[in-house]
Amino acid sequence: MAAAEDSRPFAGLSDVSISEDIPVEGDISVPVGSSRRDDELSTLDEPVKETILRDLRAVGKKFVHVLYPKRSSALLRDWDLWGPLLLCVTLALLLQGGAADSDNQGGPQFAEVFVIIWFGSIIITLNSKLLGGTISFFQSLCVLGYCIMPLTVAMAVCRLVLLGVTGSVGFAVRLAVVTVSFGWSTFASTAFLTDSQPPNRKALVVYPVFLFYFVISWMVLTFSPSQ
Amino acid sequence: MAATNDPFQFQEFEEAGNLLEVNRDATTISIEDDGPEPQKQRNAAGYSPDADNDDPLGTDDTAELLSGQKKNAPFWTFEYYQKFFDIETHHVKERIFGSMMPWPGKNFIHVYLRRNPDLYGPFWICITFVFAIAISGNISNFLVHSGKPNYRYTPEFRKVTIAATAIFSYAWLLPLALWGLLLWRSNKVMSLVSYSFMEIVCAYGYSLSIYVPAVVLWILPYEWLRWCSIVVALCLSGSVLVMTFWPAVRDDHPKIIIAIMSGIVLLNVLLALGCKTYFFSTPEDSHPDGK
Repeated sequence: MAAAEDSRPFAGLSDVSISEDIPVEGDISVPVGSSRRDDELSTLDEPVKETILRDLRAVGKKFVHVLYPKRSSALLRDWDLWGPLLLCVTLALLLQGGAADSDNQGGPQFAEVFVIIWFGSIIITLNSKLLGGTISFFQSLCVLGYCIMPLTVAMAVCRLVLLGVTGSVGFAVRLAVVTVSFGWSTFASTAFLTDSQPPNRKALVVYPVFLFYFVISWMVLTFSPSQ
Repeated sequence: MAATNDPFQFQEFEEAGNLLEVNRDATTISIEDDGPEPQKQRNAAGYSPDADNDDPLGTDDTAELLSGQKKNAPFWTFEYYQKFFDIETHHVKERIFGSMMPWPGKNFIHVYLRRNPDLYGPFWICITFVFAIAISGNISNFLVHSGKPNYRYTPEFRKVTIAATAIFSYAWLLPLALWGLLLWRSNKVMSLVSYSFMEIVCAYGYSLSIYVPAVVLWILPYEWLRWCSIVVALCLSGSVLVMTFWPAVRDDHPKIIIAIMSGIVLLNVLLALGCKTYFFSTPEDSHPDGK
């Protein structure tokens, strides 16, 4: 009997009684991590310069990814459309001031360039989604927009060349520059896009991208300055 | 078939294939088949190139109901259009080559489309054609006029929109009209083969694919080369269209047959000639652009 009593836990407490008139009081407080809350709200409190710089750094990082296209998923994961907008506006502005600007047989107007780039990207994205691609709509727009960067650089180079060198030498230089950047754009965008396509349809997805950059390259190459 | 008249006696029925021989339009389901395959094989066998079949190709949706892939999604959803992109690279290549090289007796829709019309081919071939015409026209104008002193090169970007309007209306509005016309005639003449709208769009879209290399050839400013290539392209694409639509109209009134066939050929010729004269200037033009 004693051994059984000893083996029960809390054996000696069975005769302890708690009188009911002992008040139970105290403070219950949850330790509020006030410093933690400040971290979560910190993006509201930080200076505007910080916010802008963070976005600019993200855009710049993606530019670097386009320059050295590897099969990385950084461009796809955090998509943004600031970079494509910037590139599109820059390219459209550089394509202005061409020959016969006010005539109706001139180069593409600002709105036309905009429409071609954005509608072209949307149609290519729809095409790749209809063919069964797994990439999302805005990711694809982001990739196509960022890969216009080599062509924008080529446009700037072409305008500089047109200021200095004219004639067939200048044309040969411009042709070489535009061809290289066209190949670079197409290669960079297909490096990002073809991973998400089923293997027997890759060519069907690559061809519209090729056509899209070909048309933009044509616009860059045929820019002739007003004299 | 049934041996006894007792309705509760289990009756041995013949195989589904034999039942189908009696009535080719019947829909049969047998337990051991895997759904779409026997039906599709039967259809494919029926459309051998030299068989003069009078089977209505029609828009019967029994095949679609049997095959599990084609669900009838409403036309405002994404899935509805996805079933028109259910093709692979080699399919597109085969269809393009089939439209460039017509073979007598080979109906493009029967042989190549095989109840799987796609929108990828017509759409991207039209877009390629629009830009090919605009760019080739621009280059050829430059080559023709480049020696002249008053010539200022312009990219002529406006012509892209004009080309796009003309080509897209040829490739999409004309099939709409033709489909309506064939539907109207098939109501009057019962034994007509009728094609679905997508199949007609496909046939027209792929028939434009021969024009893309022809238009690139037109860059060279030699008139004899341009006329040769235009005649060749017209013959090939016209004959593809004629051979495709011949089974659809051959049972009709002779006057209607002549009207429809000559309409198809004439509009094809108009498109080719219009493109050539509007976008490509000839070396005899002696009016320099006064810019």
